[in-house]
This record gives sequence, C-alpha cells and structure tokens, in this order.
Amino acid sequence: MKEIIWLGRGGQGAFTAAKLLGAAYASDSSRFALAFPSFGPERRGAPVRAFTKFDTKPVADRSQTEKADYIVILDDTLYSPQLHELLKSGGKIIINSKNAIEGTVTFDAEKISAEHRLPTVNTVMYGLLIGISDVVTKENAVDSIKGYMPAKIQERNISALLKASEEALK
Amino acid sequence: MSRKFLSGNEAFAEGIRLARPQVISAYPITPQTIVVERLSEMVEDGSLNAEYVHVESEHSALSCAIGASAAGARAFTATSSQGLLYMAECLYYAAGGRFPIVMMNADRSTALPWNIYGDQRDSLSQLDSGWIQAYAENAQEALDLALMSYRIAEDKRVSTPFMANLDGFVLTHTYETVEIPERSKADSFLPPYETDNRIDFDNPKNMAFSAGPDTNYIFKYKEHEGILAARDVITETEKEFANIFGRKYSGLIEKYRTEDAEYIIATLGSIAGLCRETADKLRENGIKAGVVRIRYMRPFPNTEIAEVLSNVKAYAVLEKDISFGNEGTVFTNVNSALKKAGVNVKGYNFIGGLGGRNISAADIEKIYSDIAVGTDSVNFIGIGGKENG
Repeated sequence: MKEIIWLGRGGQGAFTAAKLLGAAYASDSSRFALAFPSFGPERRGAPVRAFTKFDTKPVADRSQTEKADYIVILDDTLYSPQLHELLKSGGKIIINSKNAIEGTVTFDAEKISAEHRLPTVNTVMYGLLIGISDVVTKENAVDSIKGYMPAKIQERNISALLKASEEALK
Repeated sequence: MSRKFLSGNEAFAEGIRLARPQVISAYPITPQTIVVERLSEMVEDGSLNAEYVHVESEHSALSCAIGASAAGARAFTATSSQGLLYMAECLYYAAGGRFPIVMMNADRSTALPWNIYGDQRDSLSQLDSGWIQAYAENAQEALDLALMSYRIAEDKRVSTPFMANLDGFVLTHTYETVEIPERSKADSFLPPYETDNRIDFDNPKNMAFSAGPDTNYIFKYKEHEGILAARDVITETEKEFANIFGRKYSGLIEKYRTEDAEYIIATLGSIAGLCRETADKLRENGIKAGVVRIRYMRPFPNTEIAEVLSNVKAYAVLEKDISFGNEGTVFTNVNSALKKAGVNVKGYNFIGGLGGRNISAADIEKIYSDIAVGTDSVNFIGIGGKENG
C-alpha cells in the first residue's frame, strides 16, 4: 500500500488534491484508493491534513496514516523537521517553498499557479508529486481533473499539472 | 453501471436517488449534511422526482416523514447524534405506526463534552425504538443498503422503519470507488411502494390510534414479530440483489477467517477492515485470529453469533459505545446470544473510538493478545480496564 499525507491550510485545496489522486489511481477496477481529510470543523486558514491511500487490493485500513511514502506540503510554514518521523524509509517530503529546506524537495509552486491564473497550488503540487513519484500516470491525473473539478477551471488546472510534472523532472 | 470516486454520504445519496423516495424531509447536521445537500441538488436538477421539505428540526423531519408515509409515500430522512436524540420521540411513532421510512444516521458522539466526531453511542442508544438497524462498513455497502433498505422495510411481513448507520467521517467523509447501478435495474429490483397502511378517502380508517391495556401489548407483539420477520426478508433481498447487481452480502453478520479461529473480535461498522488486516497479520505468526462483523443490530443475529463464537478460546467485542455503569451495549447483546445458546466461552469488552479517537492497528493487535491471556471484563482502549461483574 502507498500512502500520501497532504498538508495545507483551509482553502488551499489539499483535500481536493488528495481526492483527485485517489480518483486517478482507482481509475480501473483492479486498483483501489481511499481519500479523506483530517476530520472536523473546516476553517479557512487553519492547518488541514488530508490522506490518500492506495493499493491493488481494497484498502481496509481506514485509520490515519502513521507512515507515509510522500508528504506533500502546500504551505512551507507548516513544515517542521518532526514530519520526517511520519515517513517510511526512502519516503520524501515535497514542499511548496521559494527556499531550499534540508532533507526535503522544494519547488516554487506559486510561480506555476500564478502563470496559470490559479488562486492556489493544489494541482501544481499534485503535478510535482506525479512527476517525482510516478504514483499515477499523467493521463490518469488529467482524467481525474476532468472527472472531479468544475468544467470552467479544468483547462487551467490540467495545464498547471502537466507543467509541474515536467518541472519536477528537471 | 458507472464507477465513481465518492464519499460515503454521496454514495448513500446515489442509492437513495435510485430508490426514488417521493418525500424527503431533513434538517442538516454534521457529519450527515452532505447526504441531504446532494439529495436537494438531485431534486433541483430533476434527476430525483421528490418533494423536498426543509424543516426546522429533527423532530419535525421525522414527523414529516411519518405524515408522508401515512399518505402512502416512500419517505426518506437523515440525521446524526443529537439530532437523532431530538427525534427520539418520533422514532417510536414511526415504528409503532408500522411506517417503512428509511433514515440514514451518520454515527456521531453524543454531548457532553460537545464533539462532532464519530462514535456509535447515538444509534445504539435507540436499539429499543423498534427500528431495523444496519451498519455499513464502506461506501459501496452504504449505497447498496440504501437501495435494499426500502425493499426490506416495505415488505408486508416487516412493515418496519429502517435506520442505515454510517460511521461519521470515517465512512461519511472518506472517498472511495463505488459502482452505481443502472436505473432500469434498480427499478426492477425495487418496485414503487404500495400499501394499505395509508390515508384513503375512499376507504377511511383510523390510523395511529390509541390502544388500551387489553390490546396494546398485542400491537407490541406484532411489532416484535415484524422486526423478527426481517431476518428472512434480508436474506431474500440480498439474494435477489446479488442476482441483479452481482454483489453478495451475508445477512446479519459477516464472518472472516472464523472457521478454525481461536480468538475472534466481534465488531460493527468501518473498523472491521482494520480488524481483518490485523487478523491476517497475526495468522502469519500462527495465531488463529478471526473477525465477525455485525451488520444488523436489529434484528439481532442471536443464532449466528452463538454459532460463530461457540468454539473459540476467547472473544472480544469492540465497540464505539458505553452504557455507563455497565458495559458496551453490543457486548450485552452478544453475551445474551451466547447465554441463550448455552455457549460458555470467555468474552471481553473493548470500548474505543469514542468522540472520534483513532483506533490503530496496534490497538487491535493488543486486543487479540489481551484476550488470549485474559483481561478485565470492560476495557477502554488506551486507558485501561474495570472488572465489572
């Protein structure tokens, strides 16, 4: 089973990204995913966690992820070195940040989101994750946006996702 | 058939759309809100032809559903936690009036301390209200229950309201892939509701009446018979469901690696998956672990539970509930089933997940190891036990 933890602030769309990744992975009947937010009241700006779990058999464990393959952080003020304790060995932390942070992979995701007139970096971080990890194909990721985002913002998000996935390979 | 990545709430709403209720009355409450929001969107976009009634409280939501059912309509409502408790008076009216209303309950903790997270203290407190009570484990089962619930509730042998319980957040807010049946198949599975138990101006009759001491208990006996009859009707309905949709369900309980099991956890709802995974892991180390998931608390699976636990060395009942001053209510029910069948094996109660607290794989592994050596009769996971009786 692969597990991804998403960290963001309320309104940044961390859970939307978690859900899109789950939908992308579970695009055929031999693959299974769960996606869920950290449960509770929703407040704009408050720290939010979201989880995506996937496997080639139904995911029966619905508990919060204790060890993740990737931690994706949409706001670098949410990073702390203790997060490494939540990583499996070989796991990676991917952060939206203008600065380099030791032991993590950082990208200036806001640059890409601004180019695409997007108010938030969630699909950019989604693109960076698949560029780095190959957890899902670009085609499946694009389909997840087509299937689960409002029609009028699909095109910009798809374009940002693809740009980010290429950026990750540089 | 289509496949979609949906939350438990959304999956249940899809099942209800296929069941074509004619009246939906609801008052939103976290974590149930999304199911009634989705249904209102379906009514708005015309994909569900129902009268959608916004009410001012849960008491009114169920009262409205009772009125609709008494007019011969298929009725739906949904609630959670304090909302369920607020409508408690009406639960008994619906059951005593033999109105086959379906209600989704998002299982959530009860106050105080105030808390919106999931546990099962709300619905389990209403076991005596005369409703069928089912507990889903995943979003697909939730959708399928929504469709099956009306067939079971409306069967003339049953005529009993149906409460479908989904663990708050862990199930209602978790997204997973579900298969949505075709509408034509759903229509052939579930025909429109027809009943004589309704207001009819051509054949006026007294409904929802008083009954004195000489007849009252006969009505109660009939109510008991109706909910017991659901046992067979659930089996028949699931068989027909499997024929049409291809997905099989196993009646009042679901067994996992129980045939040769020495240690079994009996539980209900969405935690069962983690119990199964833990049982698999322990079996790799030679420990014969099994799991029983109770799918229906009413009618209660007395014979099934007694049969599956009769040969174990010890069993645990894991539940998100406590009847203060005694033990978890599921434990009481399980023990009664064993007593009636003359089964004498050691059982222990584990209370966890109250107020949404996470139950981890390590917690479940510890349950299996605790019951193997013996522990207190009632144990709060992560806190400790109290010998109680």
